[in-house]
Amino acid sequence: MGDLRYEAPETLEAAVALLTGANGRSRVFAGGTDVIVQMQSDLIEPELLVDIKKIPEVRRITAEKGGFRVGAAVTCMELTEHAAFCKAWPGVIDGVKLIGSIQVKGRATMGGNLCNASPAADSVPPLVASSVIATIAGPKGVRHAPVEKIPTGPGKTSLATGEIVTSFLFPPRPRHSGDAYQRFTPRTEMDIAVVGVGVNLSLDDRGTCIAARISLGAVAPTVLLVDEAARTLIGTRVDEAALEKLAKAASAACRPIDDKRGTKEYRIKVTGVLARRVAQQALERARQN
Amino acid sequence: MATILEQSGYNPDRKLKVVGTSPVKHDGMDKVTGRAKFGADLMLPGMLVGKVLRSPHPHAILKSIDISKAETLPGVKAVVTRDDFPEHRQGTAIGDLSRNVMAREKVFYEGHAVAAVAAISESIAKKALKLIDVEYQILPHVIDPVDAMQPGAPILHDYLRTKGVEGAENKRTNVVERLELKMGDVEAGFKQADVIVEREFKTRPIHQGYIEPQGCVANYTEDGQTELWCCTQGHFVVRAQVSSILNIDSSKIRVTPSELGGGFGGKTTSYAEAAAILLSRKANRPVKIVLTRGEVFRCTGPVAATHSRIKIGATKDGKFTAAEAEMVFQTGPFTGSMFHNAAQAVFTRYDLKNAKAVAYEVVSNRPKVNAFRAPCVPQAIFAAESVIDELAKKLGIDPIDLRLKNAASEGYTTIYGQTFGPIGVVETLKAAKRTDHYNAPLGPNRGRGVAAGFWFNRGGETTGSLSVAPDGSVTLLLGTIDVGGSRISISMMAAEELGIPLDKVRAVVSDTSGLGYNMVTAGSRSTFASGMVVIDSAHKAINEMCKRAAKIWGVPEDGVVFEDGHCRPASSNVGDFEPLSIADIAKQAGATGGAIAGHSELNVTGAGPGFGVHIVDVEVDKETGGVRVVRYTVVADAGKAIHPLQVEGQYQGGAVQGIGWALNEEYIYGEDGRLQNPSFLDYRIPVASDVPMIDPIIIEVPNPKHPFGLRGVGEVPVASTLGAIANAVTDAIGIRPYELPMSPPRLLKLIEQAQKGKGG
Amino acid sequence: MSKKIHVTTTVNGDACEFLCEPQQTLLDALRNELMLTGTKEGCSTGDCGACTVVFDGRLVTSCLVLAVEAEDKTVETIEGMAKGDRLHPLQRNFLEYNGAQCGICTPGILIAARALLERNPDPTESEVRYWLAGNLCRCTGYDKVIRSVLAAAKEMRGA
Repeated sequence: MGDLRYEAPETLEAAVALLTGANGRSRVFAGGTDVIVQMQSDLIEPELLVDIKKIPEVRRITAEKGGFRVGAAVTCMELTEHAAFCKAWPGVIDGVKLIGSIQVKGRATMGGNLCNASPAADSVPPLVASSVIATIAGPKGVRHAPVEKIPTGPGKTSLATGEIVTSFLFPPRPRHSGDAYQRFTPRTEMDIAVVGVGVNLSLDDRGTCIAARISLGAVAPTVLLVDEAARTLIGTRVDEAALEKLAKAASAACRPIDDKRGTKEYRIKVTGVLARRVAQQALERARQN
Repeated sequence: MATILEQSGYNPDRKLKVVGTSPVKHDGMDKVTGRAKFGADLMLPGMLVGKVLRSPHPHAILKSIDISKAETLPGVKAVVTRDDFPEHRQGTAIGDLSRNVMAREKVFYEGHAVAAVAAISESIAKKALKLIDVEYQILPHVIDPVDAMQPGAPILHDYLRTKGVEGAENKRTNVVERLELKMGDVEAGFKQADVIVEREFKTRPIHQGYIEPQGCVANYTEDGQTELWCCTQGHFVVRAQVSSILNIDSSKIRVTPSELGGGFGGKTTSYAEAAAILLSRKANRPVKIVLTRGEVFRCTGPVAATHSRIKIGATKDGKFTAAEAEMVFQTGPFTGSMFHNAAQAVFTRYDLKNAKAVAYEVVSNRPKVNAFRAPCVPQAIFAAESVIDELAKKLGIDPIDLRLKNAASEGYTTIYGQTFGPIGVVETLKAAKRTDHYNAPLGPNRGRGVAAGFWFNRGGETTGSLSVAPDGSVTLLLGTIDVGGSRISISMMAAEELGIPLDKVRAVVSDTSGLGYNMVTAGSRSTFASGMVVIDSAHKAINEMCKRAAKIWGVPEDGVVFEDGHCRPASSNVGDFEPLSIADIAKQAGATGGAIAGHSELNVTGAGPGFGVHIVDVEVDKETGGVRVVRYTVVADAGKAIHPLQVEGQYQGGAVQGIGWALNEEYIYGEDGRLQNPSFLDYRIPVASDVPMIDPIIIEVPNPKHPFGLRGVGEVPVASTLGAIANAVTDAIGIRPYELPMSPPRLLKLIEQAQKGKGG
Repeated sequence: MSKKIHVTTTVNGDACEFLCEPQQTLLDALRNELMLTGTKEGCSTGDCGACTVVFDGRLVTSCLVLAVEAEDKTVETIEGMAKGDRLHPLQRNFLEYNGAQCGICTPGILIAARALLERNPDPTESEVRYWLAGNLCRCTGYDKVIRSVLAAAKEMRGA
């Protein structure tokens, strides 16, 4: 480790200035559950850590425009303790709850999970399925982008030098909406997803699916938002026939690799299995709203 | 007079007051308060941080090492390489050991140590490692042991010749030894069989997974004496090893063992201790080396991968007529896998007349293998118990009944020549059959499996002593490391012998200066052997106290007996004296001749073999291949459970280790020979939510060679696990896995095969 | 080498201070600067839970917290769990039910279990297992760990 500097600015402007000034040799530091591990193993060697946890905007959960604005550095535990958010977005909570252990969740954040850009990140598929818009602060000001635009490959994001994801805007929930996320892991906890599927759907008053978003994790370099899969549900009652088509479409959309956590063919197969299960869970939740 | 090894004094009718209860262990308080000091917990003034540089290549010639830049980095106080280690001839035991802890001519595995530094901070030590220039000439590598046996495989040692094979003297090889054991006539035996099952099995390398990484502190003083603090299963072995490696007299090295944060066979040898001592010598300051988790996985001794072939024949009534095993074990670059255990144990619980076991030990480019609870035996038993399960299904006989039909009992002589005294094979099988678990109905997608296992249990060189303080309280000095509660169990045995309350006894593990040589705590020997030695010491102390009482009373020595913690006149003829308690005698010890103590040094024999039966229920998600263990019962013979709660803990811990081994744990190597999962994230040991409660049933078939009838219990619990779980999965999915771990991708493939088979 | 940072913090209710480098973790500072070795290092990647402490009121693995973050915050470690010689009911029940074998994972498990019982005084077996999923144990097979926690919970509820 070279000469590392640690700064904990109290405003976004200060944070952006620090990151911009370091010209790519710095890291945003929130929960540290990825950054510290990567520093220890010399995978990254930043010269500056910008701790953003003292900046109020990134740590708040507020109601906004009928939905929620969740600060990017809100910890997983804090999010799971927010009753109203849990009620509106159980699928996002499904994903968040699966990140590491209680201890890791006490520090980890959705912002970190997104910007670390692991293809297998657990909170990203449900964020993508939820049509979440990320707010990004940078040297050129503030901009907004759908979350799926941020990871561009394993460990890579579309963020420019000096940019920080500051918060996530969750849209209002239409009636009869439900979301869910499940992943496959060999152990019950503590594993990285071999496959992850997020489903967010809305029904009309008669129980027909009128909107759906299907996202797949750990089966491509970034999370996949699969329109063909969504189309298998829209206009149906999400019955057995539709679920069968959904499973096939989800499997067909995968572009997985063989690695120490799973083989290509295994991931393709299990994606279909999970897609069906997650859609059923989202459906049940939608019917209860 | 007969020694305790000749006459144990075991008495089945003895009324026990302390042994057989489950008091709070005396070392418990320190563990629940964080006070207990483990390998990394010692801090000495002026202590430096040591770090080891390790090879990134699995096989290479070590051409040159340039430490000049590292040595001159401010804050670095010492750097050592092979040049600082004395030369020992290649291919000898000490030559192997020395090379394993610091590479000389070649590096043999990713993670093999090539240099070490000591600096004033961890960050400087890490920087210094980066400044060491090593020139490697990369060689082709081989990891799988069967691959390593093939002609054309990269050869690790030019000098290695296979032991046990005719005409092997001139052939370069990776096969260290071929061992063959046999009894009777297997050819004839197979001819008598109505059914024969022959299968091949494969297991992957795994790790003991102890939560505490190796840690040591070395303090070399100017006059050539060394203090070494380390976590280990055998501090006398560590002393012997560093003494031999570094050519320092044993008496000049004092090894103090810390509390051990898990070993399971992985800490029976030294790793960074020799380097730490050399660094301390060069720097003239204490040096601490603690391995990182990545280092633990990459370069400490993992468990042998195996390939095996098992063939068993039986009559249609279920009597085994012959059994044959051929097994290959991987040992890393140097011999020492203890593979002969597998040949000896693979069928040992059945009363076979015709059996043959052939085992090979093969070197390959992995860290030198170490034991993991019953070294090499779980793998062998997995294979044998799977074949027996298949036989049971083919014959339509209940799996426990089939094993009962063939159960070995007292008087049976094994393939390796031991004749059994009383053993618990039949008792554990019968008890398993009677359990609620075995008779409970099975839900959908569930399967049940049973397996029987065996472990020899060991004795070995052990020493210890017992001293009575002037106030009558008793201190035990033990030479074996406490891995599973031996301190409290041995204290209980001492209290029982002396007839005093347990609270009057405390046990301490001595450093190497305090006692004669002790073998490692392994082989399930510590409570058994140290117990034996302490009881022997107690007898000697009792003898001495009787002599003192005789002196005090002015009567002949044979006029005094010891009962219930008191010396009494042997009869009214001797005189009318009030009994003297231990405290009474101890108060007068100085006046009657000096402090009262007893010590004992034995090569302990008479360990009672252990047998166990496991029953497992699993639930399989047939769409993903995911497996959940939903119920687990361990039935095992402890001889006599000195501290039943401790014994239960051993059964439960072993079972869960087996669950990990069977389902998820494996070393994953890339094409480049590097370990891809050197962390607890991807080396998946069971977490709390993965497993159910484990029901332990303690059977007691006493071992008459021990004063209390005890048998070791540390290893039997692991031996049966793999077979039981594999049999349960087979029952659930209708097709048998022949490879471990039974990870979801492998199982899903099998499940699809089974479904295709059904479909036509 | 970076100049060391001076950190003022509160550990187990006591004000204290230490010097550390920016990249040093809280785990490192607790053990090597403050000599509080009750918190153990098992992996340094947040996977084993042996280094569990309560930081700023939250259950965390101290290997994933930087020492500098402790400034003006509170840390609770195993050394502060007993009050004088009065053990916490969890500690007592671990002794009684043999919840600790080798003891290396025990401090982390006790701190984590205490946090659970503060939130949920009547957890089911499954809830205890899932809460403790981040605390690896290799010796016990978890059985007596869970039983010790459930027994302590029962005792603390006055049941």
